Amino acid sequence: MRSIAFERRTNTPKWLRIAVPMFGIAIALVLGAMLLAWTGHATTGTYRQILHRGFTDPGTFATTLVAATPLLFTGLTAAIAYRMGVFNIGGEGQLFIGAMFASFVGLGLGSAPTVVVVASMILAGAVGGSLWASIAAVLRDRFRCNEIITTLMLNYLAGILIQYLIFSSHSYWRELTGTGALFPQGRMLSERAQWPNPHIGGTPVPFGFIVGISFAVLIFVLLRSTRFGYRVRVIADAPAAAKYAGINARRTTFAVLALSGAMAGIGGASDVGDFRHTLDPKGLQQAGYGYTGIVVAALGRLNPIAVVFVAILMGGLNTAGLALQGPDFPAGLVGTLQGLLLFCTLGGEGLARYRIVIRRRAGSASRSAAPRSSSPRSAASPTEAPGLATGEVGG
Amino acid sequence: MNPESIDVLTAGTNLVPAVEMFGITKRFGDVVANDGVNFHACVGEVHALLGENGAGKSTLTNMLTGIYQPDAGEIRLYEKPLRLTSPRAAIAAGVGMVHQHFKLVPTFTVAENVVLGLSAEHRGVKFRRAAIERRVAELSERYQLAVDPAKKIWQLSVGERQRVELLKVLIREARILVLDEPTAVLTPQEADSLFVTLRSMADDGRTVIFISHKLYEVTAVSDRVTVLRDGRNIATVDTADCDQRSLAALMVGRDVQFDRRVGTHVRGDSEPVLIAANVDADGDDDRGALHAISLSLRAGEILGIAGVAGNGQRELGEVLGGIRRIRSGNIDVCGKQQTCGDPVAFAKSRVAYVPEDRLGTGLAPSLSIADNVALRSFRAAPFARPPFIRRRWLRSHTQELMSRYDVKAPGPETPIRKLSGGNIQKVLLAREFESDPLVLVVASPTRGLDVGAIENVRSLLVTAAERGTGIVLISEDLDEVRAMCDRIAVMYEGRIVGIVDGESADVNTLGLMMAGAT
Repeated sequence: MRSIAFERRTNTPKWLRIAVPMFGIAIALVLGAMLLAWTGHATTGTYRQILHRGFTDPGTFATTLVAATPLLFTGLTAAIAYRMGVFNIGGEGQLFIGAMFASFVGLGLGSAPTVVVVASMILAGAVGGSLWASIAAVLRDRFRCNEIITTLMLNYLAGILIQYLIFSSHSYWRELTGTGALFPQGRMLSERAQWPNPHIGGTPVPFGFIVGISFAVLIFVLLRSTRFGYRVRVIADAPAAAKYAGINARRTTFAVLALSGAMAGIGGASDVGDFRHTLDPKGLQQAGYGYTGIVVAALGRLNPIAVVFVAILMGGLNTAGLALQGPDFPAGLVGTLQGLLLFCTLGGEGLARYRIVIRRRAGSASRSAAPRSSSPRSAASPTEAPGLATGEVGG
Repeated sequence: MNPESIDVLTAGTNLVPAVEMFGITKRFGDVVANDGVNFHACVGEVHALLGENGAGKSTLTNMLTGIYQPDAGEIRLYEKPLRLTSPRAAIAAGVGMVHQHFKLVPTFTVAENVVLGLSAEHRGVKFRRAAIERRVAELSERYQLAVDPAKKIWQLSVGERQRVELLKVLIREARILVLDEPTAVLTPQEADSLFVTLRSMADDGRTVIFISHKLYEVTAVSDRVTVLRDGRNIATVDTADCDQRSLAALMVGRDVQFDRRVGTHVRGDSEPVLIAANVDADGDDDRGALHAISLSLRAGEILGIAGVAGNGQRELGEVLGGIRRIRSGNIDVCGKQQTCGDPVAFAKSRVAYVPEDRLGTGLAPSLSIADNVALRSFRAAPFARPPFIRRRWLRSHTQELMSRYDVKAPGPETPIRKLSGGNIQKVLLAREFESDPLVLVVASPTRGLDVGAIENVRSLLVTAAERGTGIVLISEDLDEVRAMCDRIAVMYEGRIVGIVDGESADVNTLGLMMAGAT
């Protein structure tokens, strides 16, 4: 008889931090292969296809970057806030409002030089996102409202708001001429307001992606090396120590939420400027960028630089998933494979902090009644008391 | 394991073994917390487990109470080998634990707390209030654990709460009671009554094991003492055969300076560096915690603040340290009026503050030593070149502090929580001393530290006083304030009930003052 228990590690060795996610990916691939085999699909063939269609085929990397860009921004949104233990799950809504602000400015400045329009759209997106996040910040500060609830509610509100602008009103954002008179849709940005796609090494890179990388680096430095980042670290770890050091936690919390929201807002601006060139409520709401961003941040361990790479990985998986799915390869299977990957890598986190201990329960082999117990609790109920005693009586 | 060893231990006595632990070894990673420890306690005895922090006392008792499982060795209870795989298994086997930090639900009554989590065999009484209250009353009378079963926990004093913890293990029919530093929160009088209770439980055929590093209580109450050092059992001795000095030597492994009166540091002509006049302040619950506090502190003086926990000392420390606002009154540092509740301003006036809560208030536990060294001065040069923190400078500065204050750690980037208690306190003191303070407010600076670290901290405080720093020493340890302080102010219910001379103060007078008698 053996029992399995989890024991907290006293410290986690460095190699384990790398090995555990690698192991998680390996497990996910094995489980995925079993699933593929069970549903009658080629296993290695499917994996090869994911690799090709997501990353290595000519032209696909550009598509992957397009998919990665909004995730990069919402990933940063979550990473910044979670670093301080502020659970902003409102990346979704902040992105909507950022898109709304940015398209307003883009539509209004349509004839100005591209540099001016793009810069103004980025700024507008940032302002929109951080204003939306600030609502939650004020509620948290004044009324101690839990930001998890408020930011979530604000997501729905933002969704309804942009829907209203396009579908239920004759707003500035809505196209009222041509086909727009028949089917509600947003006004298109002028040619000049559309963001450029500079080619880097032959691959067209969305401008928003470059902006996102710049912000990732900036935030990395901000959190690591500045007084602001220091305040964030202290508040996150020990609020009482922050008070003792005279750190104004309210102001810092506010700043962090605003910065976090600004990232999502710029993500929204990029969605309008880089890809859709219009405010598209349906498309934005279906994409669920904000929620995926939380996963991106978690996989990147809240490290802004890591978020860049995880966003590319997720973008590639999404692209490959779209390419794979078809009549004989259901979308649900694609989603399951992705889910397995996330589940296994995040689940592995536990192993980095706990170790599995397998103990031999001496002398209890004959007692079939004693269950193999992974939980110490069940091992202890009085009815099983005989199972507790080990052999070696009288040793 | 050799059964003869028991006979050797109990030869010539009529003692019946209750707890026998043979060759217990427990490792955490590379650290060997217990290394082949043998521990035996008999029916009807009070057995003290003495040792410095990190000696392995808690690890050993945690294996007896089922929290950890030993890597090697055997545990027998009443001569029966057992594996205690969980706390529940330990309770079923008759082992009860009273933790240092009480595990009670404040809004429940005494009786409700006592039955909370009772296991199946006691389920018969589970919901019958009258029966439970009767049983609680019965037990409390038998062991002189005066407490009203119908009262809510939050209405009770600390001493009464401890009695509830004892009742909890008694109602579970524990025959072996383990107490982790039970007197840490008690007045001397409350401690005495606890000792009476422990004795009567032992006389009843129970086995009382109590963990301590306070020598006087070990000599006061125990029959035998087992001394642990560096994870090994050094000796088991009859208490009657030893005194505090010999026990201390066993515990530390060398002779220690003991009960050293530090002497006075005040120069006759020195100016007051800190004056508090008529200070009223609220506690965390917005109820008045301090009332009309007036005191003055001179350069080079050590002023003790004594009292039972929860009588306003913590709040007074916070006010004097600059992190708590006051409602009325005045605080002057070197003649300059202070803005209370503004820690930055206090730090500028060169007031240093070592809070009682080291990990959490004084230090951020997950941050590195270097980050913690910067905690109070990260805003300006030399720590920062705004907006950046000078990380490289900070690292070398920290390295230098660590060698000067003898902080043992792998490096400046080590998270604080990985250090031992003594080293944690050294980091905190090093940081506060480095600000070259005029006034130093320290709360319970030696609580939880081992003898060696206590010596170290005390000598640092004395050095600071000799350099002319005025020190406010808040401590519940009467021996400490008596040994260290020039004057001792005693607090009761938020007031200073008296100030006595450190030289002439005796424990009984102080104890009575702490209990509110004037």
